Amino acid sequence: MAELTYRDAVARGIAQEMERDSNVVFLGEDVARAGGVFKATVGLVDRFGPLRVRDTPISEQAILGAAMGAAMTGLRPIAEIMFADFAAVCFDYIANEFPKLRYMTNGQLGCPLVVRTGNGGGARFGAQHSQSIENWTMMIPGLKVVAPSSPVDVVGLMAAAVRDDNPVIFHEHKSLYATKSEVPDGEIVDTLGTAKILRPGRDATILALALMVPRALAAAETLASEHGIDCEVIDVRSLVPLDTQTILNSVARTGRLFTVEENPRLCGWGAEIASIVADEAFWDLDGPIVRITTPHIPLPAADHLEDLALPSAPRIVERIARVMNGARR
Amino acid sequence: MTSKKDRDGETALKNDDISPDIRQELFRLQVEIRDCEKRANDLFFQNMIKGTSHLSLGQEAIAAGMAMAMQPGDKSFCTYRGHAHTLARGVPMEKVLGELMLRDNGLMRGKGGSMHLTSVEHGVMGSYAIIGAHLPIACGAAWRAQYLGQDDVSVCFFGDGTTNIGAFHEALNFAAIWKLPVVFVCENNLYMEYTLTSEITAVEHPAADRASAYGLERIVIDGNDADVVYRTAQAAFAKARSGGGPSMIECMTYRHSGHSRADPAKYRPPGELERWLEKDPIKIYRTRLAEFGVPEARIRAIEEESKRKVDEATEVCKASPPAPAELLTTDVYADGGWAWRN
Ligand SMILES: Cc1ncc(C[n+]2csc(CCOP(=O)(O)OP(=O)(O)O)c2C)c(N)n1
Ligand SMILES: [Mg+2]
Repeated sequence: MAELTYRDAVARGIAQEMERDSNVVFLGEDVARAGGVFKATVGLVDRFGPLRVRDTPISEQAILGAAMGAAMTGLRPIAEIMFADFAAVCFDYIANEFPKLRYMTNGQLGCPLVVRTGNGGGARFGAQHSQSIENWTMMIPGLKVVAPSSPVDVVGLMAAAVRDDNPVIFHEHKSLYATKSEVPDGEIVDTLGTAKILRPGRDATILALALMVPRALAAAETLASEHGIDCEVIDVRSLVPLDTQTILNSVARTGRLFTVEENPRLCGWGAEIASIVADEAFWDLDGPIVRITTPHIPLPAADHLEDLALPSAPRIVERIARVMNGARR
Repeated sequence: MTSKKDRDGETALKNDDISPDIRQELFRLQVEIRDCEKRANDLFFQNMIKGTSHLSLGQEAIAAGMAMAMQPGDKSFCTYRGHAHTLARGVPMEKVLGELMLRDNGLMRGKGGSMHLTSVEHGVMGSYAIIGAHLPIACGAAWRAQYLGQDDVSVCFFGDGTTNIGAFHEALNFAAIWKLPVVFVCENNLYMEYTLTSEITAVEHPAADRASAYGLERIVIDGNDADVVYRTAQAAFAKARSGGGPSMIECMTYRHSGHSRADPAKYRPPGELERWLEKDPIKIYRTRLAEFGVPEARIRAIEEESKRKVDEATEVCKASPPAPAELLTTDVYADGGWAWRN
């Protein structure tokens, strides 16, 4: 057991899989010699050589297209898209190519690859380098979508993603790279499609993802100590497949549901979950489902404005306390 | 191609680099593609082919010449105008027509349709309908071959209009810097959909002139002469296989019909089609065979056999049921199903 940063967990997860399977290759901009702009892949090229860990030109379409061609003919590529926002310049592969290949070819071809990308805000990078795009990827049939919140989950879910025979979009949160926690030694392999209850509670269920997880946990502590509200915090971890059962079971126990989402409001991941819960657990609910999200705006660069935009622990506390005390919204 | 007139009779025949068997195969492929495409057109007007379809009438020499130079493990990546390339790799007509007719006997049992013909067992690694997308994908397949030390070549077909999308340029640079065993084949039929590519492109030869910018040789060939295509392909594939890296081959050609089934091609200036019909690849090749001494009876036999094959394939397809309802939700994910939640 050792303390590991989220950043180093990325390299450890990739290394674990490259060690295991020589068909795992890794490509992206500045990922090899420079170790990645977020320094999340330092040391990989020294360990696995420049034929397996490859620097590419600034060609997002070529990166994802090449990963796909390699995946459909036998390799297990991991491709980096530096900032998640850049998914927009190669969205054809994410939306049209990877996820439809197996279906359109009636199962003749598959696309076992991982796209890892620096997602999310909090770094004062402004509107084009800060977005939370997990919902862009969640809405496409044929993709799997994960967004880990802790170093141990980064390693385990990376392993699961690489071993999965489907295209997996792996959202790393930029503002979590420096965070640290204990990670067990040895091989770690997690399971896609599993949510984790991080804090059991009786009064309300809070769902969170990535950077919103530590904020939801902090909020839950304050809600317990200052408001006497005992919240269950669930790290959703995997949007597709979605662990609906863990969520529905929790709502059945608590009767209340809050989502904490970094994505802008419209069509955020919580909207889909709210709709599932409304359909399937309506009679378990003791009050309205409430979504706490970034407002429907582009993100500002200024620190105090960005802090106002992203859900913060105090804002989560305030909103949940208000609603739990009978406010309608 | 030198014609018999410029040659020294028997000596020319003996010294010819293309064997009589291969010549007849090249002819057979072109004729079968032509007949199958014509049948697709007829079936379309009988409302037996739904959706859309993009024919390669007039462009058969490229598909035939390229496929003839390929080896079994080689991988083809084509576009929505991909019936010809699919047939050329040896995929049975009934599988192609069945898919066009969206029947259960089709290559993908109707799940893909005419724009996505795929037959992995024949090396047809998909037909791609988003312009430019498959050039990087072909690079990836070539990267796999290079990485694993396999000697297959990835061959990527696309049109002149495709040279103006970003993915084309990203792929060329990528293939060049990694020296990938990929051969890009531009079928320059002068038009993107309904607009002349020359009117919207900065250079005369949209693929070859750009290839030079990526350090590749500038190759423009007569795409209506299957011999020329075949020879050029052999050289490019040999180069790719021996670690020499990518090639770009721009093949000049012309489509006899409209862009897709809905297009009567009214935008073509008068006389243009007629001029190109003079250069019809099959007409050229039929004359070539005769010049090289293939008896008329043999040529006729190939033509008749092709007609019979198309008729048979059509009957098989007409008798095939449509795709069953349970296919709706299969193969979304690798477990064979479509579950996105528990
Ligand atoms: C990204 C994208 N833009 C536009 C289209 C619509 N489209 C389909 S075919 C075509 C023309 C392509 O021309 P060319 O590359 O010359 O191929 P050809 O059809 O002549 O074989 C266009 C514009 C598309 N499928 N994808
Ligand atoms: Mg064209």
